[in-house]
Amino acid sequence: MENYVFHWNVVFKAFPQLLGGAFTTLHVSVLSMLVGIAIAVLLALGKMSHSKILVMASSSWIEIARNTPALFQIYMAYFGLGAFGINLSPYFAVFSALVFVNAGYLAETFRGGFQSIPKTQYSAAKSLGMTTFQVYRYVILPQMFRRIYHPMTNQFVWSILMSSLGILVGMNELSGETQRLQSVSFRTLEFFIVAAVMYFVITKFVLLTSSLIAKRIFKGDIA
Amino acid sequence: MIQIRGVHKSFGDLEVLKGIDLDVEKGEVVSVIGGSGSGKSTLLYCINAIEPINGGEIIVDDINVHKKNTDQNKLREKLGMVFQQWNSFPHLTVLENAALAPQVVRGLSKKDAFEIAMKELEHVGLGDKFDEYPTRMSGGQQQRLAIARALAMEPSYMLFDEVTSALDPELVGEVLDTLRLLRDDGMTMICVTHEIAFAKEVSDKVAFFHEGLIEEIGSPNEVLENPKKERTQQFLSKVLH
Amino acid sequence: MNLFTPLSWNDSGFILNGILNTIYISVVAIVIGTILGLIVGFMRVEANKVVNLFLGSALDILRSVPLIIQLILFSTYIGALGHPMDPFMAGSIILSLYTMAFMSEVFRSGFESVPNTMRTAARSLGMTYWQTVRYIRIPIGMRAVFPSWLGVALSVIKDSALVSVIGYMELLRTSEQLISRTQQPLTILLGVGLFYFIISYPLSLYGKYVERKMSI
Repeated sequence: MENYVFHWNVVFKAFPQLLGGAFTTLHVSVLSMLVGIAIAVLLALGKMSHSKILVMASSSWIEIARNTPALFQIYMAYFGLGAFGINLSPYFAVFSALVFVNAGYLAETFRGGFQSIPKTQYSAAKSLGMTTFQVYRYVILPQMFRRIYHPMTNQFVWSILMSSLGILVGMNELSGETQRLQSVSFRTLEFFIVAAVMYFVITKFVLLTSSLIAKRIFKGDIA
Repeated sequence: MIQIRGVHKSFGDLEVLKGIDLDVEKGEVVSVIGGSGSGKSTLLYCINAIEPINGGEIIVDDINVHKKNTDQNKLREKLGMVFQQWNSFPHLTVLENAALAPQVVRGLSKKDAFEIAMKELEHVGLGDKFDEYPTRMSGGQQQRLAIARALAMEPSYMLFDEVTSALDPELVGEVLDTLRLLRDDGMTMICVTHEIAFAKEVSDKVAFFHEGLIEEIGSPNEVLENPKKERTQQFLSKVLH
Repeated sequence: MNLFTPLSWNDSGFILNGILNTIYISVVAIVIGTILGLIVGFMRVEANKVVNLFLGSALDILRSVPLIIQLILFSTYIGALGHPMDPFMAGSIILSLYTMAFMSEVFRSGFESVPNTMRTAARSLGMTYWQTVRYIRIPIGMRAVFPSWLGVALSVIKDSALVSVIGYMELLRTSEQLISRTQQPLTILLGVGLFYFIISYPLSLYGKYVERKMSI
């Protein structure tokens, strides 16, 4: 290391831009989670439905999302769709890829969470005179939500980390911004160390917040 | 009263109930005994409309349970049911477990629902467990919670489906004591049970089920002490050794 | 003059090379990551609080910094030292450590799932500490977590695509070069996707099958 002298000044000067990148990272992760959750619900329902076509369609989405690399999805969105005349911006390419993968993984999480609630909970609630809506609203969904809460948090963290692949298609999230800034100043090591620390802080913050929320809203044990 | 007339019930090709006739008068305690697979639990599920029937009819007070336009949720408010597995709601406290249905089904205010729930929990001896979560309690306590939860709906009838079968032997007593309590309150009950001694003690009527039919029915003295049918005798000698 | 030349059979050697490189680096990372993960996972169960805190934080960093940043940082750092490292070497080191971070959690929960009574029983038969580790805790603990292990292994195969950023000629980088030469992104990318799918999907089905069999 004797030949390398760290220069942090240039990194500190660029810190506002890095923060801007971090904001974009959070932005794309949150949005891709929200849209991913909405689609995942539909996919999970589709996979549990009695229609062969729906089962096939949902399973295909789920399995392709789970069994191919995220980088491949991003390249597909960015380069591959060009063949159909669809040219996505870097942000939208990364966003679509994350939505695609999140939906696939979360669909299985939701389905597993739903199936883990014993059928007897349903009959017990029904025997008390509840309507089907009430059974779901007060008995099934609250229990299901606890079981999918931690997998959902993990999926969110995964989205934050994987959005870093934006660097490869020139997106201006944290990694892409870091890449751009270092290429001007050539302080590659300094810039990427700071980026790494920022990812670490963001991830830890998300996990910590999530477990604090969990402690507040989930009381009692799940059998 | 509950009137059961010629009820048939099949699961696919398997006919579980082959024409059941049974009357349960107000205030009566009827015990249903019989081997596993004799259809005795299925009958309870049919009374509560959790399972549809394939023939005959069941009438609870004036409600024809399986008629098309019957509001089955309304019906279930009249019928409390307790299962072999206690099925506590694990995400709710003991008090919330018992207060949930009064609140959302009967539409009571939170205060009124909690009041009724507390009264019933105290009745079954869980007055000191309001804020506990059910998964931390013993099976016997959870089963008593299930009874209180059903009672909080102030039902006219209680259906018990082998409520002591899944319990450790030392916990059976506390649950049976709770059932005795209900009988003393004058509750109308149908108990599907394996506890012959208990059936003998609390029942007004005992029905012995065999392969989807009532083989023998009468007072505990008639059916349990002096059974006329050979199958009843065989069954009793098996369970009593 | 035609700037781009379409995909042809002459490219098959090039593609095959990319495929083999992807498999090669994945297997290396899975094997090394599994061995290290087993050791670290065991240490986390057995070690005292101080060691655990240290190990836990180190693993946390590996799990909370994007793999792509780790790869760039490591290869830049090595470069700055003045001894550039071959991309395969650098990629294997980072990918193995990354794999280890996830494997150690898998094995830790495996070790924790072995009931104490089994250890006591083994010790009562006269086994030494290391004999119970070797014959009781590792076999039972590892069997219990096989589906999770397979899950991590599959994600490593997919994540190995990221090693392309430091110049390793695995499948995705190979396809990138073919795309810029042929301008046929869709065909090439679909082929790449199909390759990953063909490897990953049957193994994930097998994992689910084992999981179901174990839960009965």
